[in-house]
Amino acid sequence: MLRNFLLAALSLVLVACGEPAATTAPAAATSAAGLEGRVQLDGSSTVFPISEAVAEEFGAVAPRVRVTVGISGTGGGFKKFIHEEIDISSSSRPIKSSEMEDAAAAGVEFIELPVAYDGISVVVNLENDWVDYLTVAELNQIWQPDSTVTTWSDVRTEWPAEPIQLYGPGTDSGTFDYFTGVINGKEQASRGDFTASEDDNVLVQGIAGDKYSLGYFGFAYYHENQDKLRAAAVLGPNGVVAPTVETINNGTYAPLSRPVFIYLNKASLARPEVAAFVDFYIRSAAKLAEEVGYIALPDVVYERVLQRIAKAETGTAYHASPGKVSTLIVN
Amino acid sequence: MAANDLTKRPALGQRSASLRRRHLLAALFKACCVGLTAAAVAVLGLLIYQVAADGLPWLDMQFLTNFPSRFAEKAGVKSALFGTLWIVTLTALISLPVGVLAAIYLEDYAPPSRLTRVIEINIANLAGVPSIVYGILGLAIFVRFMGLERSVLAGALTMSLLILPVIIISAKEAIRAVPASIRLAAFAVGATHWQVVRAHVLPAALPGILTGVILALSRAIGETAPLIMIGALTYVAFVPAGPMDEFTALPIQIFNWVSRPQQEFHELAAAGIIVLLVVLLSMNALAVLIRYQGTRK
Repeated sequence: MLRNFLLAALSLVLVACGEPAATTAPAAATSAAGLEGRVQLDGSSTVFPISEAVAEEFGAVAPRVRVTVGISGTGGGFKKFIHEEIDISSSSRPIKSSEMEDAAAAGVEFIELPVAYDGISVVVNLENDWVDYLTVAELNQIWQPDSTVTTWSDVRTEWPAEPIQLYGPGTDSGTFDYFTGVINGKEQASRGDFTASEDDNVLVQGIAGDKYSLGYFGFAYYHENQDKLRAAAVLGPNGVVAPTVETINNGTYAPLSRPVFIYLNKASLARPEVAAFVDFYIRSAAKLAEEVGYIALPDVVYERVLQRIAKAETGTAYHASPGKVSTLIVN
Repeated sequence: MAANDLTKRPALGQRSASLRRRHLLAALFKACCVGLTAAAVAVLGLLIYQVAADGLPWLDMQFLTNFPSRFAEKAGVKSALFGTLWIVTLTALISLPVGVLAAIYLEDYAPPSRLTRVIEINIANLAGVPSIVYGILGLAIFVRFMGLERSVLAGALTMSLLILPVIIISAKEAIRAVPASIRLAAFAVGATHWQVVRAHVLPAALPGILTGVILALSRAIGETAPLIMIGALTYVAFVPAGPMDEFTALPIQIFNWVSRPQQEFHELAAAGIIVLLVVLLSMNALAVLIRYQGTRK
């Protein structure tokens, strides 16, 4: 639902101001091999594998450009971005309004570029044979801050009267922000009595070893561990849908699919090595994102994104308040 | 007590019974010690076995000469290994002179005043401060205030702060262990204070000082938290060419691979741990060698 809103809003916004795209892309692609300089990225650990893959491939095209990628978390990345310590900030959620205000105060203009989808997967133990699907309302009932759910039978009476063991990402994670925003209606609003870890592999281990467990984390961690745990389908606006590469890509896995982004400092775009890198990033994002466990955006979105770069369109098409899409902030 | 009453010795049977009990107690204690030591060694052995089983198949020249990659087969630790060597070398160059001079001052020159005592107590306390705190300090002073950004130099300075207390304390111990007769003899033949320190105290204390320094540096090699705090990078596909270049380090690379979803990267992390262990053990071997050389003279 949210995802569709986001996508629709993005497309609208891009169509509205994108008309016949004046392409500057060929200029950037001409002689990458001769480029020199540095491109600095930092931010979300979720987006890191994609950026790493792009940096690796870009190294083959433009060997004299030094691309570095750091992991400071989404919030930490934006701080560095606003201090202009880096060219590109990677983010597992849309920029927050407070961050936009800080950027405006510092005179930093940014270009927002969605690069891939992640589908937050709700997972249970392999021996769990009762959960067929969960509704958004049930997820909310389980995870809301003042939840009274302590056993599986509290969720649906026909389920076992066994204590439900909950696992989830730590509160600094963008996945936590997005999940709580969509399911509980307010970012960071969640019950606190669950096993939290910043390391998703710890969550995988925990859920795989506990028959009565339930947890959530990024699709890549579920995809790699399908032999150890099972994803519960989610009843959303498109019916009961399980997270797969197809359902996330075509938008039917809702509302737990989310886009991940890179944010580019408009001033950095003037440097040819940065322009070439960003162009390369968007053109190879679909293929490389899937190689590292994420899901490509629809092709049409990548085309629109390239137009945004070509026109150096600043501002965000998303607003971080969940379930709603604010107006695009034009300049 | 009855034991003091020599005229009333216990009967032979009684005596051997208490003796047996005491021997039994001693044997029990020994078994306890052996058992606990064995448990500790077994845990260590299991850990090393686990790491070796996972990591050894991935360990080859390519692993040392390649940069990180999204393909586990092509990924290597070149930038991380060189970053770590850069950090350790620079940290040694910074912390060795500062630490040793501070120790000499505190042991040989500082008047026994309240101020000196306060300084010494503070150094001892600093040795127990969690490493992440040094990271925050490094971020504020070196990265932001001095504008060193995320350079090798900023990392090395932060690491130097972290290990200086340990170096100073161990150097002080080594200097204190120099026999007073050596000092007094030198003073007796008319040597100045500076001559005594340079020609007699320092050479005699050197093996001890260097052992302390190398053990402190070994700690610096394994530290991740302060480096992450000062914003050391994760993906770097070049080797630092100077102290102002960006860098990554082995613990950061290992940390990153462990948190990946794919099993192959977890095994790569194990291979990275083996490389880190080899660097660490080589440094400890160096410490033993220096000590051996020093005591032979």
